[in-house]
Amino acid sequence: MKTDAKQQIMAMNGDEAVAYAVKQSNVDVVAAYPITPQTIIVEKFSEYVANGEVPTQFVCTESEHSAMAASIAASATGVRAFTATASAGLALMHEMLFVASGCRVPVVMAVANRALSAPLNIHGDHSDAMAERDSGWIQIFVENAQEAYDSIIQAFRIAESKNVSLPILVGLDGFTLSHTLENVTTLVDDVAKEFVGERELPLVQTHEGKSAPFKLDPKNPMTMGPIALQNYYFEFKRQQEEGMKNALSVIEKVHAEYAELTGRSYGNGLIEKYQLDDAEFAVVCVGSTAGTLKTVVDEIRAEGIKVGLLKLRTFRPFPVQEIQKALAEVSLVAVFDKSMSFGGNGGAVFHEVRHALYDNAAHPLIVDYVYGLGGRDTNPKEFKKIFHELHQIARSKRVEKLVSYIGLRE
Amino acid sequence: MATTQEWKFTAKEIAEKPDLFLPGHRACAGCGPANALRMIMKATRGPTIVTEATGCMEVVSSIYPYTSWAVPWLHTAFETSAANASGIDAALRILKQKGKLQEHVDVIAIAGDGGTFDIGLQALSGAVERGHDFLFVLYDNEGYMNTGIQRSGGTPMGAATTTTPAGSVMPGKLQHKKPIADIMVAHNMEYVASATPYYWKDMLQKVRKGLEVEGPAFLHVFAPCPRGWRSESAKSIEYEKLAVESCVFPLYEVVNGQYTLSTPSKLISLAPQKKRPVTDYLKGQGRYRHLFNPKNKYVLDEIQRWTDERWTILLKKAEQNA
Repeated sequence: MKTDAKQQIMAMNGDEAVAYAVKQSNVDVVAAYPITPQTIIVEKFSEYVANGEVPTQFVCTESEHSAMAASIAASATGVRAFTATASAGLALMHEMLFVASGCRVPVVMAVANRALSAPLNIHGDHSDAMAERDSGWIQIFVENAQEAYDSIIQAFRIAESKNVSLPILVGLDGFTLSHTLENVTTLVDDVAKEFVGERELPLVQTHEGKSAPFKLDPKNPMTMGPIALQNYYFEFKRQQEEGMKNALSVIEKVHAEYAELTGRSYGNGLIEKYQLDDAEFAVVCVGSTAGTLKTVVDEIRAEGIKVGLLKLRTFRPFPVQEIQKALAEVSLVAVFDKSMSFGGNGGAVFHEVRHALYDNAAHPLIVDYVYGLGGRDTNPKEFKKIFHELHQIARSKRVEKLVSYIGLRE
Repeated sequence: MATTQEWKFTAKEIAEKPDLFLPGHRACAGCGPANALRMIMKATRGPTIVTEATGCMEVVSSIYPYTSWAVPWLHTAFETSAANASGIDAALRILKQKGKLQEHVDVIAIAGDGGTFDIGLQALSGAVERGHDFLFVLYDNEGYMNTGIQRSGGTPMGAATTTTPAGSVMPGKLQHKKPIADIMVAHNMEYVASATPYYWKDMLQKVRKGLEVEGPAFLHVFAPCPRGWRSESAKSIEYEKLAVESCVFPLYEVVNGQYTLSTPSKLISLAPQKKRPVTDYLKGQGRYRHLFNPKNKYVLDEIQRWTDERWTILLKKAEQNA
């Protein structure tokens, strides 16, 4: 893909890439509370504010709960709002995440994915975001700092799309991405700003019967976040699901437009297929592990074993049809989960992928590998070993263990 | 802040100003908070956005598809009215900065005693420390009335609630009420005041003063709950008066840390013989009925002792500034 947009290469870690994208996205209000490994995002953004580089109201709240409440309220007042968090901070926000999606406010949030207590652990896994999978937020997981930058820019367009109007979470792996330096190709300010554009508010009917932009505006009084009982609540939730469904095509469309502009793409924005077309068996993962697995796939392929990778970029809404299509021909699927679903017989991604493949005519065998909890390193050598194991399972067509743990002492 | 300015909230003016908290809500007969909110909204000075914590006033006024709010209104959660105000304030500031908003918009955050003394205190403290421009209205009916009359940090000693029932060994709530206004004063706020709808003109003036402050202001409104207090609906306004006359709920203002008694309480300070015993206020309320059993007299004595002590402390604070 060719692009004419002028771009520049900058050395940034994942958190800085997020902060830089937010800086370029004409964000009106940032309300946040620091938590490792997200801290660099708010620190970097504070520098922009301190140096007058952004016309943004930065509210240093006294907790993540208030950060999300303030973000919702700012967004409800009609402006563009961003926040960032991780782990316990996201858990503290839990109640407010449902409020944000229920109020249909397009808040954008970066989550530097991290383990949850106890025991206390500050390192990366997906326990925080996976625990919020039913909160009504769009969830995108990125592979590297570049994708973090690109995804934040895209996120505002997706969330604010009138037939979506839902908050969005962009997850980047704690420390693996948040704290490691990479070359990140960035757009120049004007081009980024133009791509993101101004927030357009959907028109709704006020209680006075007028048509007005959806916001807290004294000229058009609107009651937002009311109580809805048995006679209306269900309809609100059904409409949220409609917004989620619409998000699938909007994510694809915005991703394609961005690819046109920058020359960078991640599959179709929902999933990214790597060496999957003629694969005998496939592995599925989310986040930075995709980078490692691409290398491992190449090495295994060099041995003559036909393996492919499906990187799941969009976790919510879950791209069921895309996954069904991408994995239609393989005989075995191995899912890599970086979080636990205690008592659930496998991790969250495993559940979802297995659920999607139930309707495929040729049922592939599906196994789950839980790995990397609390930042435990999983190196290419270990993955290679797993790939050889998978090759054997694919050949023998026999699964002895549905859920396994990688690199665990037991 | 123009603290010396007096607003002429005459009955005629008030009656003529359209309601912003509209009739048709689901509040109970004799509801102190609903009456307070209707009055408070009469004291607004222009474009106003209201944000409200989960609680009885939110529930009775926003049952979809109806609303009692003639102003833009936002509810997010129980503990978030001050955090919401922070976000609204930040949004209004940036809209002004970008030239997208010219007029000033007042922000009022409303919460009950649960959403203020207890679960919302952290967000309130944070928002005040950050200096957001909003008036926080606490409607204090002294319990979690919406969830079925449980105790809160604002419930007074001796009151029977469903989580502090009057039993054979426990005479209702064992602890005194949290001094919420003093806690807010300790935040070095420009304006903190107490008010109650019986003294409506005093209350409305305080609302307006709070709105005039460029920064956070706090108004503690005393508002009876006939259901929770097991009191007669027709007596709510009377209890508001009795609470002030017994000094259970004195009326005062604190401007930049300087305490001043408001007229009804000032008159009692000048003529101490007019100060009524707390029993005048407590009797008739079902939540205190058990205290009038002789075995619980010690609780009544303690309530009187504590009330007197608080009143003396308040008088000293006010005298120091006289």
